[in-house]
Amino acid sequence: MLYINCPHCGLRSQNEFAYGGDATVKRPELNKEISDQEWDNFVYLRKSPRGKHLELWHHISGCRQWIKVERDTSTHEIFKTYKANEAIE
Amino acid sequence: MSQDFRLDNVGMVNREKKISFKFNGKKYFGFEGDTIASALIANGVHLVGRSFKYHRPRGFFGVGVDEPYAILQLDRNNERDPNIRATEQEIFEGLEVKSVNCWPSVNFDIGAINNFLKMFFPAGFYYKTFMWPPSFWYKIYEPFIRMAAGFGEASIKHDKERYEHKYEYCDLLITGSGPSGLASAYAAAKNGARVILAEDKPRFGGSLLTSDVNIGNQTGVEWTEKIIAELKSMPNVTVKNRSQVFGYYDHNMLVMSERISDHLPKTQKYLPKQRLWYIRANEVLISSGSIERPLVFGNNDTPGVMLSSAAKEYMKVYGVLVGKKPLIFTNNDSGYETAIEFKKNGVNPIILDTRSNPSSDIITEAKNLNIEIKFSYVVVAAKGYKKVKSADIAKISDDKKELFNIENIKCDCICVSGFWTPSIHLASQSGNKSKFNEKIDAFVPDKSKQQENTIGSANGIFTLEETIKDAFDKGFDVSNKITEKNNKVSVPTVVEKKSTDHDKFWCVPLPKGKSYKRFLDFQNDVAVSDIELALREGFRSIEHVKRYTTLGMATDQGKTSNLNGLQLVSDIENKVVPQVGHTTFRPPYTPVSIGAIVGREVGKHSKPTRKSPMHSWHEKNNAVFVDAGVWLRPRYYKQGNEGLFEASKREAKNVRQNVGVCDVTTLGKIDVKGPDAAEFLNRVYTNAWLKLPVGKARYGVMLREDGIVMDDGTTTRISENHYHMTTTTAQAANVLSHLEYYLQLVWPELNVNVVSTTEQWAGAAIAGPNSRKLLMKLFPDLDVSNEGLPFMGYKEADLFGVPAKIYRISFSGELAYEINVESDNGYFMWEKIMEVGQEFQIQPYGTEALSTLRIEMGHVAGSELDGRTIPYDASLEGLVSKKKDFIGKRSLNRSAFTSTDREKLVGIVPIDKTTSIPEGSYIVKDPKAKLPNPKLGHVSASCWSVEYDNPFSLAIIKDGKNMIGQKLFAMSPLKNKTIPVEIVSSHYVDPEGKRVRS
Repeated sequence: MLYINCPHCGLRSQNEFAYGGDATVKRPELNKEISDQEWDNFVYLRKSPRGKHLELWHHISGCRQWIKVERDTSTHEIFKTYKANEAIE
Repeated sequence: MSQDFRLDNVGMVNREKKISFKFNGKKYFGFEGDTIASALIANGVHLVGRSFKYHRPRGFFGVGVDEPYAILQLDRNNERDPNIRATEQEIFEGLEVKSVNCWPSVNFDIGAINNFLKMFFPAGFYYKTFMWPPSFWYKIYEPFIRMAAGFGEASIKHDKERYEHKYEYCDLLITGSGPSGLASAYAAAKNGARVILAEDKPRFGGSLLTSDVNIGNQTGVEWTEKIIAELKSMPNVTVKNRSQVFGYYDHNMLVMSERISDHLPKTQKYLPKQRLWYIRANEVLISSGSIERPLVFGNNDTPGVMLSSAAKEYMKVYGVLVGKKPLIFTNNDSGYETAIEFKKNGVNPIILDTRSNPSSDIITEAKNLNIEIKFSYVVVAAKGYKKVKSADIAKISDDKKELFNIENIKCDCICVSGFWTPSIHLASQSGNKSKFNEKIDAFVPDKSKQQENTIGSANGIFTLEETIKDAFDKGFDVSNKITEKNNKVSVPTVVEKKSTDHDKFWCVPLPKGKSYKRFLDFQNDVAVSDIELALREGFRSIEHVKRYTTLGMATDQGKTSNLNGLQLVSDIENKVVPQVGHTTFRPPYTPVSIGAIVGREVGKHSKPTRKSPMHSWHEKNNAVFVDAGVWLRPRYYKQGNEGLFEASKREAKNVRQNVGVCDVTTLGKIDVKGPDAAEFLNRVYTNAWLKLPVGKARYGVMLREDGIVMDDGTTTRISENHYHMTTTTAQAANVLSHLEYYLQLVWPELNVNVVSTTEQWAGAAIAGPNSRKLLMKLFPDLDVSNEGLPFMGYKEADLFGVPAKIYRISFSGELAYEINVESDNGYFMWEKIMEVGQEFQIQPYGTEALSTLRIEMGHVAGSELDGRTIPYDASLEGLVSKKKDFIGKRSLNRSAFTSTDREKLVGIVPIDKTTSIPEGSYIVKDPKAKLPNPKLGHVSASCWSVEYDNPFSLAIIKDGKNMIGQKLFAMSPLKNKTIPVEIVSSHYVDPEGKRVRS
């Protein structure tokens, strides 16, 4: 079970969190004309890298904040965690 | 009580307390502190089971978790507990156990015929045999395999025992209380670390219980007792026996199962049977020790052949002799310790040592005790069927290939020692890649992967002096990283007998003309010949060899067999063991009962149960409840002999004719506040929200980004910057997460806060033509006329002194209101509504009537918004704004979503007006068409229309809008029904929606 350092609450066990998927996806702006392909990429296409990956986690049984977690998908090592809108190093 | 094999005044069992137990129906006696194994051996019983494949007689092989043979079934309080290791289970008064995998009895087992048919059961037998014809699978092969598979029978009854979970945090977890575990725990505890020391067995000390050593001028046992007593007195130390750390997971999370009541006749009040500990440890020291390796020779599975260390432990710990004419077969010095122990207890052993001329302190001592030793000697084969009676022994050539002078000697047990295998399971589970240590012919942990270190014999250190010193150092080092107290205790002096190198020889060749089975894996009957066959058939990867032959599988997971298996594969392949590698170690290290894993999360405890504040009223009024997510909701209120159908019909009819009241507390409620709240709702919902006036509610639909409907509900503008959103009961939690996602990550610039208020409000829906009259009486000061409180209007008023919120919204399609009060006042509100409503023939209605009412009206719910429908499909396209952008809008432009013949919501009525249509039925054009019959759609919800007194269903069918009036068929292969139906409008009752606005 992962041990996730919530930037708001500190170290908490994984069972307090819900996984939220790829954190590198950016939603297209509202009212912007975009191609089917671009929209498709946003809705469906996700990278699934082996190694370092930036992920969203929702501290659902804690502070209810969405956070970003930089994690190695094969070793589960967590390098850093960020608040929702913190700049990513 | 006479126990022929019990020694006087030796061992640690409590001779004062005699305990009786039953094995295969026969009564035996033992002492407190005995295991089933030690008590049975004391009584001269060695036949306890039958092997998995050939049903060969099985005895005891080990003395602990590695036991491959003595798997029994325990019957306790009329419940069955299979897969009990006799070497672990302590006896208690009234214990009843029986053998498994034998019929009719362990002494006479019909299945043993397999032993004579063994040429027909080679490796891969199942894969080769149960292939064809395919039609044999269900009726012949599968039942046969199921009958043959597994040891024992699990109970099918509910397990009444209590199991608990515990979460714990510590600086240092130490897994095993042998010399290294004790030393490191002591060093770390003295340095101020919070330590958990876990021991799998009832007694602490590990090898110190049986070895003849001296630590700090005390015997191993005395030193153990002193250290344990001191550790127990320290507030920063938790010491646990009967506790197996079986899994090493990510981020230093380890799981331990503590057997609290397994050794007691009855579960004690307030104590669970077992407790599962989830331990998050900053550091872990793995001191899990090592397990003796068997030597391989003919018929080496005969009862009476066992590990030499086990024989020693039975003597020293339990005061039990495993035999009176022992043969010790060894390739190292450990066998000598066992021989010396036999000799001390007045039994004359014979040692067969595969080495030609070894010398060490221990060998000298054995010689001085006049123990008969034969060097360069091996056991060729054990003789005897249900118990060893003699052994064929032989001198072996220096190249270990030729046997000479084969002779038969009498013996009643053969104690084997093929050196030691470190238990690297936990280190390996943590991700530590092991390395092969040539000196000990075994794998040891390599570089630490997580915060773990392996110490003692688990790390391949086999001298006590080095073990103790290393463990004191490691205990200090890892604790000091955390506590920084620099409090180092001195290392005691250690006296032990020096031993010499072991012999790498482990497998005795077959004599010419003999075809003895030489077993590698005792639990699964895997012999040398099976591995040879697998390799001949082309299996190369050790993982494939394992699965093909079942080497190292089953409950013991090859604790005694894996390394010999690897050695054999390497020998045949002309490789060295590290080239072959080992199979993956996965948790659990030992079997864990399912009950312990589940813990308290059984029955009603498997999820929280939420009840509305009016729950007790419903109970008192004969409500029959239904699970709605985690909520309990009244499904209907039973009157007299009514069933679900009659009651829900009565309740729904009363809503249509008079007035009904429904508990809607369970609806999700979310407060949306902030200056940008309107803008936010406008982006979340498909329809327009910017112009909703204060005091008005609006129905809204929200989508996922892929265009699929996520949820629906009404949201009311309470004040300028305050909205009250409602969600469906099922989606409440998801919707909140969804809103938080957009506010926190996508549009952080919006100044809006959301919070769940589901539990803050109790809700009652009042529906029916009499509802306004009722409302006038409930709120005499409020103008509830159609002008004063119009459809979708909102008012606040006092309900007999209690502040209430009144929303004029309707799910039933009738004139209806929803009243919310603070949860604490919910019961009061409900009683008042019932009391005042009496004169208007009010009746409470449950979810079944609620469904009937909404289905008749064509209002969609979860069965239509099933995660596959876009607004068009659910006939919600009128709510989709063309002007503004919102979540998921871009997806609605995709070609598949704009296609004109999409499935769409319709109503269906059976042509005979009497046959109910099962939910989930398919709609087809021709019920006799060739399969697969083209499906036009499916029935999503069915009810008995109280308005027209005939069945009515909602369905989502292809090109639905052009299908009205068509005659089709609803087919339910599940219910074996084919019903001719007519497609009608989904708005079956009051299609113009006059009633809600009346």
